[in-house]
Amino acid sequence: MPSNISLLALVLITIVKGAVLIGALLMAFAYGTWLERRLVGRFQLRLGPNRVGPLGLMQPMADGVKVIFKEDFVPAQADRLAYWLAPALVVAVALTAFAVIPFGPPSVKLFGVPLFYISNVNVGILLILAVTSIGAYGVILGGWASNSKYSLLGGLRSTAQLISYELGVGLAILGVILLAGTLELPQIVEQQAGTWFGFLPRWNIFLQPLGFLLYSIGALAETNRAPFDLPEAEQELTTGYQTEYGGMKSAMFYMAEYIDIVLVSSIATLLFLGGWQGPFIQQLPGLGVLWFLVKVLAFVFIFIWLRATLPRIRYDQLMDLGWKVVLPLALLNLLLTALIVLIWPWLGGGG
Amino acid sequence: MEQVLFWLMAVVAVVSALTTISSRRPVHSALAFLVTLLSLAVLFLLLSAQFVAVIQIIIYAGAILVLFLFVIMLLNAQSGEGPQIKLPSQRPLAIALALLLFGGLSYLLLSSPLGAARPLPAGMGTVQAVGGILFNHFLLPFEVASVLLLVGVIGAVVLTVKEDEQPK
Repeated sequence: MPSNISLLALVLITIVKGAVLIGALLMAFAYGTWLERRLVGRFQLRLGPNRVGPLGLMQPMADGVKVIFKEDFVPAQADRLAYWLAPALVVAVALTAFAVIPFGPPSVKLFGVPLFYISNVNVGILLILAVTSIGAYGVILGGWASNSKYSLLGGLRSTAQLISYELGVGLAILGVILLAGTLELPQIVEQQAGTWFGFLPRWNIFLQPLGFLLYSIGALAETNRAPFDLPEAEQELTTGYQTEYGGMKSAMFYMAEYIDIVLVSSIATLLFLGGWQGPFIQQLPGLGVLWFLVKVLAFVFIFIWLRATLPRIRYDQLMDLGWKVVLPLALLNLLLTALIVLIWPWLGGGG
Repeated sequence: MEQVLFWLMAVVAVVSALTTISSRRPVHSALAFLVTLLSLAVLFLLLSAQFVAVIQIIIYAGAILVLFLFVIMLLNAQSGEGPQIKLPSQRPLAIALALLLFGGLSYLLLSSPLGAARPLPAGMGTVQAVGGILFNHFLLPFEVASVLLLVGVIGAVVLTVKEDEQPK
């Protein structure tokens, strides 16, 4: 924490940065839905929504207005406290995790504090894992509080899925942490600067290809996206834990889903794809934000592409994949990484 | 600033702990317990134990309490009401034991000479510091604990596979 500015100023700056970030993330949600509908339309040889505004760009606004004016009902015998708490919790958790995501290099400063992230804590990536693990409550409470068997089953399935894949994701991330020797995200990115042999960027994906693959599978499952979107398998459970939700509260679950997609894409970018590293970053550090956003967008595009391409897998297949494939492979990856770091410590930036 | 946060979190922790034991619906109890765990994590942070705070959230709030909720929902999903089983003379016994514990703790707290806090060594409570201590000073207990956990994992697997059923 910089000591040359007062505590009050620091708090004010942090509040402003947080507000800007939340605004940006809500915009990302709105245009995430637009991007997904347009792209899936293209993948299915349709046009997608293109009537409201140029290229359908005003569609999210129209949807927002529609959702706000919808009837706000609560199912009979629902547990009101938990029913209201669940959507608020998932959105709050998704937003909170961004507090430690660095969007650009720490060298760009405003009033003596780094401009492109809100805080850099020693436990960095662990904090994100901790915050997102609270998100499971939103899902399980939403399913239970609705007092409906579809919701309850969907909620239980979803929570089981979240907990199972959290393990694989955590172990996949551990490989990168072993290489980096730190949990602080800005430092992990700084270590991925430069190139090997003059052309290959020093990104962790080239050192941790298996880790990246496992992380991506886990990230898809954690965000409940296709092909792992079983909690909302329409034929069996209507829309799972969200069945009894309508209007704005239902929209909040979607909001959390899209913000979570941006979150896991950001983490993948930071850990495996070199974060804000890119050409001309030395001369113009502010350019890092652009490289970061491009990489995140590419990852989001792959998310949508997969949804339009892959069929949904069965629940037992999902659990088998999580426990019998992802988890053992993640353990193997961890073991190999530990061995390699022990033998050639110079490979990782941490040394 | 730290004082304000401490008192705020202390009050939240105590109130939510009271809610945990007084709430009629088990799910609400579990939620109140979640609040207790989170406020305890903030208290750990104030003691500059970052790693412990995060682990508290990941393990207790993120895993164990979710399993509690699973069990509550699967056992009485419809009403969320708990069973009404009471041991004879449970209440007076509980009050007596609680008073005993309170007295003992108060005695220890009041009789121990609590001086001003010593300044912390640099890097105290960080992941590096905790890891260093764990793998140097406390290596044997750490390894023993990991063997215990392994036994627990194997035990869980053995219990899940039924006797007459061949594991696939």
